[in-house]
Amino acid sequence: MANYGTNDFKGGLKIMLDGDPHSIVSNEFVKPGKGQAFTRTRVRNLKTGRVVERTFKGGESFEAADVMDTPMQFLYADGEHYHFMNPETFEQLAADKTAVGDAYLWLMDEAMCEVTLYNGQPMAVTPPNFVEMVIKETDPGLRGDTATGGTKPAHMETGATVKVPLFIEEGEKIKIDTRSGEYVSRVK
Amino acid sequence: MNWRPGASLSSLREAALLRRSIHAWMELQGVLEVQTPALSGAAATDPHVLSIRTDSGRFLHTSPEFPMKRLLAAHACEIAESGSLERQPDLYQIATVFRAEESGRFHNTEFTLLEWYRVGMDHVELMADLETLLQSVWQAFGKSWPGVQSRRYGEEVHRLLGVWPEQMTSTDTIADYFAAADRSYPEAIATDVDAALDLFMDEFVLPEFAPDAFTLLVDYPASQSALARLGQDDQGREVAQRFELYFGQVELANGFHELSDAATQRVRFESDLLKRERLGVASVPVDEHLLDALSAGLPDCAGIALGLERLHMVLAQHEHIREVLSFDDQRA
Repeated sequence: MANYGTNDFKGGLKIMLDGDPHSIVSNEFVKPGKGQAFTRTRVRNLKTGRVVERTFKGGESFEAADVMDTPMQFLYADGEHYHFMNPETFEQLAADKTAVGDAYLWLMDEAMCEVTLYNGQPMAVTPPNFVEMVIKETDPGLRGDTATGGTKPAHMETGATVKVPLFIEEGEKIKIDTRSGEYVSRVK
Repeated sequence: MNWRPGASLSSLREAALLRRSIHAWMELQGVLEVQTPALSGAAATDPHVLSIRTDSGRFLHTSPEFPMKRLLAAHACEIAESGSLERQPDLYQIATVFRAEESGRFHNTEFTLLEWYRVGMDHVELMADLETLLQSVWQAFGKSWPGVQSRRYGEEVHRLLGVWPEQMTSTDTIADYFAAADRSYPEAIATDVDAALDLFMDEFVLPEFAPDAFTLLVDYPASQSALARLGQDDQGREVAQRFELYFGQVELANGFHELSDAATQRVRFESDLLKRERLGVASVPVDEHLLDALSAGLPDCAGIALGLERLHMVLAQHEHIREVLSFDDQRA
């Protein structure tokens, strides 16, 4: 397995830390002119999903985490597990709630997700950047009100709540950016 | 890949104005502009300043400090030998320097140092000199002067940790302080008091500096004297006659009352090399020319290196060093 030094750090790099696989969220190089270099890093524990700040001494090196991001299709949820299928091998995998985390809000049937596997087990699920969903419930639309920029909450089948413009109606299909959880546009 | 520069045209105009205002101030002060080689057979020994070595075995300079001191010593000899009454000139240089493995929001492998030496000044007088230069730059940009505050390294450490830096024999006090503040502390520095102090300063002291003003941090621990003389602070503690200039938390400059004793300098170089060995950092040839020059006699002087890109950043409120460089590390 490869090793990464602090100079290789960048967002998305997966390393082993305290025995768990971690993903680097962000890092900043810190160094007094004549002194020791440090890397101030935010890392996500891929097992627990927890994000913490960690500071490393410049030049420290870490084992790469044996982690694979695999595109997989979401099949169904059975209340306990979320089931995914590799569309090339048809292999199926079940991810538990910890691995899925907040991604469940965006899991639509057949959505292509990125499933992070560690030792072959699903550790994390990244939904597609954009999803299209039908609004299950929202306050009645205000016709013609396209200019004021006001928003109202709209509830989705999956349990997600998205702020939408006032003119959007129940039953309409909308496009959502899953990274921010924000409304993007109407889908005709 | 993006072929365009990171800096906008207006940012490059700011950079040009900055250099112009510095040249004007130096001209007015009668400081002589010099240029020294970027390639050298020797390198800086600082354990944390890493040189780029070329295929020919020479090194790209990390600072023009050594050859500039050789010039100072040579001019002193020349004036003494000719018996002339000419005044020993002060020197300055705007040099592109190179430091391996330094890249980030405030770092770029290749950057620009303004380095100047004032003969007959100590570090305290040099701080006043620095202030007049900065005032003149601020004026050239039509900005109101933000003011300069002053803090003492040892006092800051003592205030927060209850220990003076020179009394620290282990990093335990610092590790405990990080633990109590629930901040991450890298175990890898557990045996290195100076490294722990570096991180402590960055994490707990610098954030207290006035955000929109200059701060001069003075009286560094003797263990961090680098190329500065040792002296005493006003309470009789042994300190390095060294200071750093910050704007907010951004380090801008490093000034010394320059060490002129060749034997002491050699001891420091050798202890640097030992530390490099302990840290697993490549060894470099010591600059024997510099040691010879010190033996011949470096005039009593103070010198300072100021990072021009960072000065530009704080002057014109840029967030990332790429905004003040035509082509930064990612684009070069």
